[in-house]
Formats: sequence, structure tokens, C-alpha cells
Amino acid sequence: MDNTIVATHDIHAEEHHHVSLPQHRHHFETAEQQREAGTFGMWLFLLTEIMFFGGLFFAYLLYRNWYNPAFVAASNQLSIPLGTANTAILITSGFFMALGVWAAEVRKQGLLVLFLLLTTLFGFVFLGVKYVEYAEKFEKHHVPGASFDISEFVNPPINQKTGKPIEEPLSPDMARKTQVFFSLYFAMTGMHALHMIIGIFLLGWLTWRAQRGDFSSGYVAPIENFGLYWHFVDIVWIFLFPLLYLINRHPGS
Amino acid sequence: MSSHPHDPANVTNPEHAEHRIVQPGTYIAVYIALLIFTGITVGAAFIDLHIFNPIIALAIACLKGVIVILFFMHVIFQSKLIKMTVGAGFFTFLILVAMTLTDYMSRSWGLW
Amino acid sequence: MSTTSSTIVNLPDQRTATLPKRNYLNAEDGLLSWLLTGDHKRIAMLYLISITFFFFIGGIFAGLIRLELLTPQPDLVASDTYNKLFSMHGIIMVFLFLVPSVPATIGNFVIPIMIGAKDLAFPKINLLSWYLYVVGGIMTLAALVLGGVDTGWTFTTPLSTHYLNTHVVTTGLAIFVAGFSSIFTGLNFIVTIHRMRAPGMTWFRMPLFVWSHYAASILMVLGTPVLAITLVLVVLERTIHIGVFDPSLGGDPLLFQHLFWFYSHPAVYIMILPGMGVISEIISTFSRKRVFGYTAVAFSSVAIAVFGFFVWEHHMFIMGVSNYSALVFSLLTMLVAVPSAIKVFNWAFTLQKGSITFETPMLYAFAFIGLFTIGGLTGVFLGSLGMDIHLTETYFIVAHFHYVMVGGMLMAFLGGVHFWWPKMTGRMYPESISKLSAVTSFIGFNLTFMPQFILGYLGMPRRYHAYPAEYQVLNVLSTAGATVLGIGFLMPLIYLTWSLKYGAIAGNNPWQATGLEWQIQSPPLTENFIETPIVDYEAYDYEWLAHKTEQEVTTVG
Repeated sequence: MDNTIVATHDIHAEEHHHVSLPQHRHHFETAEQQREAGTFGMWLFLLTEIMFFGGLFFAYLLYRNWYNPAFVAASNQLSIPLGTANTAILITSGFFMALGVWAAEVRKQGLLVLFLLLTTLFGFVFLGVKYVEYAEKFEKHHVPGASFDISEFVNPPINQKTGKPIEEPLSPDMARKTQVFFSLYFAMTGMHALHMIIGIFLLGWLTWRAQRGDFSSGYVAPIENFGLYWHFVDIVWIFLFPLLYLINRHPGS
Repeated sequence: MSSHPHDPANVTNPEHAEHRIVQPGTYIAVYIALLIFTGITVGAAFIDLHIFNPIIALAIACLKGVIVILFFMHVIFQSKLIKMTVGAGFFTFLILVAMTLTDYMSRSWGLW
Repeated sequence: MSTTSSTIVNLPDQRTATLPKRNYLNAEDGLLSWLLTGDHKRIAMLYLISITFFFFIGGIFAGLIRLELLTPQPDLVASDTYNKLFSMHGIIMVFLFLVPSVPATIGNFVIPIMIGAKDLAFPKINLLSWYLYVVGGIMTLAALVLGGVDTGWTFTTPLSTHYLNTHVVTTGLAIFVAGFSSIFTGLNFIVTIHRMRAPGMTWFRMPLFVWSHYAASILMVLGTPVLAITLVLVVLERTIHIGVFDPSLGGDPLLFQHLFWFYSHPAVYIMILPGMGVISEIISTFSRKRVFGYTAVAFSSVAIAVFGFFVWEHHMFIMGVSNYSALVFSLLTMLVAVPSAIKVFNWAFTLQKGSITFETPMLYAFAFIGLFTIGGLTGVFLGSLGMDIHLTETYFIVAHFHYVMVGGMLMAFLGGVHFWWPKMTGRMYPESISKLSAVTSFIGFNLTFMPQFILGYLGMPRRYHAYPAEYQVLNVLSTAGATVLGIGFLMPLIYLTWSLKYGAIAGNNPWQATGLEWQIQSPPLTENFIETPIVDYEAYDYEWLAHKTEQEVTTVG
């Protein structure tokens, strides 16, 4: 913690060359100060997001330990191929977002628009897959609420080859706890999907502005800060995927 | 922690970092690494490792998260201030987890 | 006006003095110029008006509560109406008054000026934060008009999710929205304090007011989202019956308590820390001394913020948490008293051998120190496990947190409003009547809440509208005190409004204080400083000020 006094009385003109971008706000001394303030502010906002999802993650941790058999059985209801594909899709979307930031930095307007569109596209694909998964839960009555059905967990279907249940049957009491899993599943993925939807709206707005040429002159803060948001949404999914889909994938061992 | 917007070269300012443009090569490498780790984590889930299954799954998730934060989110090139900020967020989350667990774990000894 | 030895107030000659021709108040005209402003000073004034409105709404509920408790019989309102009264009182006072009170008004106004910046880092987000506050406030009012809510301000599950048929969802969402207003204020302050300081304004030259807001902002940013997700889960639980907090589905109601208090205990420090900052400024100015142990006071703010995250379970000692865990949290609760005590002792040492004068802000500051100390020490009672089991959920706890929140925070808020009023409006408030109001609120406050300590110790539970007849004497005292307190709070509203037009012209620096905000015109220009100031003196350096004034005497024309 440096407490020395560096009162720079003799400020030379070249020390803070006022870049006269139209986006430069009057209360910042330099464009760089503005840019760093923006990044810092965005990170502080992401801290609130960490804590926001943090509450849900803690709830998950607690109930997974309390009702482990129910969580294992319920987790096996989720489709690993779809989950894995979605992980790859979201990572790809994030990859294009990162390339978009680069394109903005090197002032390639066409590339920037292209990458933003690809980011949006993969975002939509992710949500589409999520929709398929949600629809299946509705069909199987695995959505928490009055119509929640535990029969599949009490009497799991019989595997044709082995003649044994494909899953360890749960006692009715434990089977009811699968509802806690699905509550958390919908709360967590739903909250994540909501962030994606908000992100896609922002992406549309940014693409429109990029296509107009707003980010082609060295002013990239909105792209950069939105990138931070989009990657944060990625990270949440990176944790959700193993926690929700991969609890226990070796039944019968 | 002292900083001066007028510190000419920003040499003494831990809140400042030279702005760096990350090249696509880095992004591609990170992208491939993330996909590989995704594969590993799915594969590991199908092997019975008892207690280590969730540990490995979480470890890989943390690793992927750190990679995204460091490279996609440019934190590795950012100032100490940003690095500390990110750390503070995860630290507070760990406080939430750890301090709440003191209750849940000691409420029913041995069941956790 | 001549300066006498009993006052430091130094006003310009009233016959010739005028308000500056150009200032932030008259820079632009029309309602829209206020509603779309990015100026932190105008947003502060918008906040000041709106939180005053909600303060008096909450105050009316407090009055009705005290009126009901005048007699042992439930004669004024029915029990469920009474539940609504104290719930709405708590919700409005906590979320719509105390949390934004000092930061969003005084902090918003003076922090950028104190550190030599032209504005907060993100003016539009600052405005957004006010709009979110207004939306949250309107939703709360809507819930109120539609029939109110009776969960208590704590939204305790499963009461709030299963047993009540009032407007829990509307109120919950209102608090959710208002929470984001507080997050954005905190975020803005942190970035501003890090990135916008003027040249030479090092961390240890910042006024302690800025330090305490920095600490409170950290809590706002890290704590509030946990409340947000908790309220979302409560709303989901009510609307679509997900089972996260519902024991019949396997959920744990205590999880709600953990998550709720993870925010709501730090929220106490969100409320009190900015107040402590105000007190540091006032004490130093009116005893003409640098705050004793500046570094210790600065770091104690940060320490309070950090420790604040480690103590929440002391709200849950009787709720069935683990004994061992309760032991740990009890110990940690004792620890958080240490940085608070550091502050109180340092203020006391600042006063020692200072040239103390008794202007209104100073009276409020004295009230703060005394009342906050009582509130804080009774907190230590409640933090110790054995005492807590006897005292919690009684009037002792009500008295305890009112001593901290009203005796502490509200006194600091009023002190701060009086202290910066000349800067905000360019005019002085009337001195003698404001001293009277300070004394009135102090007396009224003690008369209201001191009996409640005794009532609680004797075992009168909180949140009931009827009580055994032997408690009546103390309750009558308390209600009488509340009346006096109410008058004490109404007086500033009246004379401060009056002073907007008729107050004496204050000049730049009526208190001869050292902060940067006192070196510019009052009311300030929209851009605060004509040129970026260069800071080459420590905070609270009265010799620097005297030197500067001497030099200026020759140049003032």
C-alpha cells in the first residue's frame, strides 16, 4: 500500500492526451481511464452475479448431500448427449464472442458483425436444445408441482437384456425428494437461460450498432463488457453441467 | 493501493494494466482445451471412482472456469485490481458455503 | 457576520451575498431536466425527496403501532392489521429508507466532490438506480394499497410461502428491484473511488466519509444479490410451489434463514457504516482537529465490512441451528464489536482537547455516539448465546436495533443533512430551532426506546398487539416518547423546506471545513470543479485551510 505523495503539479500535455472519441465522457480524464472504469464496473456487476447464483449453488450442495440417492436417480433422467452437446455449443458461442472482441479491437467491422451473429446463432441453438429437454420433463411429469410423478423412481423400467431395473428403485419417501432435484434443476437452468435470453437481446442491439459502424473506430468497451457477461454465463453452465447431468453415471456398479 | 490518473506511465499503479489485444491463436487454443476438458469430464463420469467422481467433475469444472476467466475474459492481462476483484467474488461465495456448512455439518455429526 | 468564540460558523455578509449565478440547481430547467439528469447532485436530491417521502410513510406506521400499544387491550386494530402495520413499517424503513438513506443522498452528492471528480463513474447507472428505487417503492406502495403484507420484514418461510394470503409476491419483487438499486449505487461508488480520484488524492488522503462508503459499497455489491436470489426462491415457492424451503417437500426453512441473513446482517452495516462516515466528518469539523487515528478508523470500516459477513447466524440462535456452529458465530459476533469500538474511542479522542462548538450537526453527532454505543453494547448482550435465548424476540431486541438504526443511523442522517445542507442548497437552516429539534429527537428517542429495553428484559414479546396489564406504564412512556420523537422529526422537514427560500446565504465554507466539497461554491456547479483540483494536503488539515484562507483574503474581490 503505497502512501507516498506524487502530486504532479507539472502535468505535461502528452501525459493525458485527450482522445476525442464521441463516446468519451466529459468526467473522465482519458479514454483509457474510462475504459478501465467500465471493465471494473462490469466485473463488480459479475460479482453480484456470482453471489446471485451462489445462493442456488449452495442450496444444491445441501440437498445433494441430504438426498443423494434421489439426486442420483433424478440426474440419470437428464440426457448426457444433449447436455454435452449444449456444453460444446455454449463454449463455441463463447469462442465466437471472444473472437468478436478481437475483431472489434483490430477494427474489422465485417468480421465483428459475423462473429456477433455466430455468437447469437449458437446462443439460440443452446436455448433450442434446452427447450427440447424441458419439453421432455413436462411429458414425463418431472416438473415440480401438483402433477409431479414419482412412479418412475419407485418402479424403474426393466432393462430388456438383463431383466433387472435400469435404476436402483427408491423408497417412496426418497423418491419424493427427486422433486427437490428438479426444482433446483429448473431454478438453476431457468435462471441461466434467462441470462442467455437477456444476453441475446443485448447481442441483437450490439450487432445492430456494430453493423452501423459504432465499434470500428477503436471504441470497443460495449463489446468487451458484453463479452465478459457472455463468458460469465458460460462459466455458470460449465459448473451446472457436471453438477446436474453427471452426478452418477455408472449404475449397477 | 495509491493510484494517480496522472501517473504518466502508470508504472506504480496496481489498478492499471497495459491494454493488450489477445490474438485469435490464443482463443483457438483455449477453445480446443475447453472442448477436450468437456470430453474428459463426461468420460470420467462413466467410471466408478466413488468419492472421487464429484471431486474430479468439480476440479475439471474449476479448471475450465479458470481458463475462461483468464483468457476469454482477459483477466490474465488485467490489473491487480481486477484480479483481486474476481478473487473477492469467489472468496465471498466460499464464505457463504463454508460458514453455512458449519451449521449443517455439526447439526447432525457423521451424517455428512 | 462576525465569528465569535462559541461558533465557527462563518457566513458571508448577508446584505451583499447572493447565491452563485450558475449552479447545478439552475443549470437546466424543467421537470425533464431533473428526471433525465446524469448529474450526481441532482440524482442525490431526487433520492432525498423520495426517501423522505418513504420515511414519513414508514413513520406513520410506527405511530399507529405505538398508538395500539398504548393500552394492553387490542382496541385500535385487529391482530392481522397490526401484523401488517409492523411489517410495512419494517419493510419501508429498512429497504426504502435506511439502506439508501445516507449513501444515495449525501454520499451521492458529496463523494465525487470529496475525491475531486466531476461525477460518479457511471452517471446513467446512477440514474437507473434511482428509477429502480422508485419502481421498488411504487410496488411496495401498491402492495400496501391492495391490502398490505404481514410477514414481518424478514419474509420468514414457511409463514410467507404457505400460511399467509397477503401480497408477499408483490412486496418480495419490490425488494428485489430496490435491491438492484442499492447494488448499482454500491458498484458506482467502488468504481468512482478507485478510478476517479483527483491527482494527489491518495487513499489515505480521502475523507473518512469516503472510506466508510467504500466499505458499505462492498457489502452492497456482495450481499444484496444473495437476498435477491432468496426472494426469487420465495416467490417461486409461493407461485409454483418449488420445494426449496418447504419441509413437506424435503426443503429446509433454515436454508432460507441462512441465505436471508447472509444479506440482512451485512445490511445492518450497509446502513450504519455511511452514518459512521458522517460522524467522522462532523466530529472533526466541529472540534477543529484531524480525526484521531485516521488510519485505524479507515481500516475499521473495512474490518466491519469483512467481519460483517461472518456473523449472520446470531439471528438464528433459537431457530434450531447446531450448538457448535452457534458457539462459533457467537464468538465472531463479539469480534465485530471491536472495530466499532475502535471508531467510538477514536471519535472520543478526537474530541479531547479539541475546540468543540455545538452546532446542530455536532448535537446529532453526540446523539449518535451515545445512542450507537448503547445499541452496540446491547448487541453484544444479544450475541452471547445464553442471554440471546432469554432476550431474543422480545422488546429488548426491538430496542437494541432501534438504538442502532434510529439512534445511530437516523441521527447520523439528520446530522449529515444539516451539515451538508448549506452545500446542497447554498442556504443555512435556522440555527436555534434546529438545535431544539436535535434535542427534542434525542429526548423523544430515549423516552421511546429505553423503556423497551426494560419491557424486553421483563419478557414482553415483540410483534403482539396486546400485552399483560403490568407492562402498561412502560408502554405509555414509550408511546409518549414516540410522540415527542415524531415532532422532533417533523421539525426539520418544515424548517429545512422553509430555509430553501428564506435561509441565510451560506457561502462556500460556512463550517470552515477542509474537505474538497467546501472549497467550491455552494450550491456547486454541474461539473463541480472548473479545473481538476490537485490535492497536496492531508484530510482534515486545518492548518492548510487557515493558510489558504489567509492567502485568499487578499484576492477576494
